[in-house]
Amino acid sequence: MALRTEELILNMGPQHPSTHGVLRLIVTLDGENIVDAQPDIGYLHSSVEKMMEARTYLQNIALVDRGMDYLTAMSNEEVWVLAVERLAKIEVPERAKSIRTIMLELQRISSHLIWWGTFGIDLGAFTAFLWAMRERERIMDLFEASTGGRLHHVYFRIGGVNEDLPEGWTDRVAEFCDYFLARLPEYDDLITGNPIFQARTKGVGVLPLSTAIAMGASGPVARASGLSYDVRKAHPYEVYDRVSFDIPVRTAGDCFARYEVRMEEMRQSVRIIRQCLEHLPAGEIRSKVQVALKVPKGEVYARTESPRGDLGIYLVGDGSDKPYRVKIRAPAFSNLYALTEMMKGWKVADVIAILGSIDIVLSDVDR
Amino acid sequence: MSTDPKAIPRSTVMPLDRALEVIDALPGGGAVLTKVEDVLNWGRAASVWPLTFGLACCAIEMMQFMATRFDADRVGIIPRGTPRQADCIIVAGRATIKIAPIVRRLWEQMPEPKYVVSMGSCATCGGPFYYDNYSILKGIDQVIPVDVYVPGCPPRPEALYEGFLKLQEKIRKEPFLRRRIAAAAQAGS
Repeated sequence: MALRTEELILNMGPQHPSTHGVLRLIVTLDGENIVDAQPDIGYLHSSVEKMMEARTYLQNIALVDRGMDYLTAMSNEEVWVLAVERLAKIEVPERAKSIRTIMLELQRISSHLIWWGTFGIDLGAFTAFLWAMRERERIMDLFEASTGGRLHHVYFRIGGVNEDLPEGWTDRVAEFCDYFLARLPEYDDLITGNPIFQARTKGVGVLPLSTAIAMGASGPVARASGLSYDVRKAHPYEVYDRVSFDIPVRTAGDCFARYEVRMEEMRQSVRIIRQCLEHLPAGEIRSKVQVALKVPKGEVYARTESPRGDLGIYLVGDGSDKPYRVKIRAPAFSNLYALTEMMKGWKVADVIAILGSIDIVLSDVDR
Repeated sequence: MSTDPKAIPRSTVMPLDRALEVIDALPGGGAVLTKVEDVLNWGRAASVWPLTFGLACCAIEMMQFMATRFDADRVGIIPRGTPRQADCIIVAGRATIKIAPIVRRLWEQMPEPKYVVSMGSCATCGGPFYYDNYSILKGIDQVIPVDVYVPGCPPRPEALYEGFLKLQEKIRKEPFLRRRIAAAAQAGS
């Protein structure tokens, strides 16, 4: 006689040690197997898009830092100023472009470090978190020296950057690059080669390429499924068309592939930073732009590659000093919808591993 | 600091509190209790265990505060994953109207005595999300009582450190046994 079973609904979050913020997952279980996993979002909805309509273009730089993905303040500033510059047709000096690229890549490393550390905690390796935070603190020092802020910088300006780099800063960055590259093999020894880690991530949470594309996944999540697409290559901005770097792509589509892609991306970021430091042009850091900038009537879509994927802003200007409408295309939002597909059929113990591997930031999802 | 017995719910008054009431009534009992209280407070202040509950940006600085460079462990601050084991909740980041009942429930699930640290401008008053906003709560103190406010957007880990040192100061001076005795007396009457 077959055993009669019932489905069990398990609520994870919004307060859970491993949900990376205030995500609630409604997991339907059949025994230990996941039948369905539905994310419940909106716990951090900050009405940023609406608030932006009431602020000037300059004020909004401070808002996108906080309101969008808080781990990558620079990427948010970048996509915002890029949209405004394209609509208002403002030229950016070469030096500012290089500085921006350095900052963006440092931000990518710091964001991936947070992911690496928390992914370690999720899978039971607390050392990873302490090591990642140690390196991240050095990046915070670099940011603090140049921008004055640790987490929210408000450093990019429409038409350039706020201040020039302080003296000796480039040497410190070069020193950090050497230091960081020497740490990465240690990371591999600790986590990547760990048999327990591999057993929990290899072959787990597979996202097929077709599903990844259908769900609009981007960034490392899509690249781990075999989609060789990176906005930095496909639609270059700043100086990405002049530096050489590789886009790491894996075809397995599992948690380990996503892990590998991000680890390789950190190495590529160091490569980009080094090239930018080598060819850092002298000159102006900001073109003349009035504070109460009036952007002409029209619409524009700007996209950048944030550490989480394809981050876009659709901006409609109405000729005034405030935007008429702003729509943010958040990468974490699309990646979250691929999560349901990744989770189906796996065990309840894999939920945390799969969730950690997509590097979710709820501020980016909810905005 | 009040010895308001209303601060402690009647249901949490334990037999031990009644025993304390008896000791307090004995000659010289009050002086003994004060010494005991000092020792207990010294212990409590050196082991403030916060709940790992991050809301937004400030949670990253909170993580940094507990990680390598700032190392909150050395003053006895060890993050706990469940409200049942926590003494204190750090409201790190902006609280939306949707999350407010959950913060309240987490606070209610924590055992007495419990404390609240409001970290950052958003948790304190709404911060940068005060104006033109329809979804953010204008200060977590509308939902739960706050002991320490840490200003900043986000506050540096050092600022959070300072906040915790202030909280420890408060705990050391707290007449918490007296409060329990008063609650026991009220529950018994």
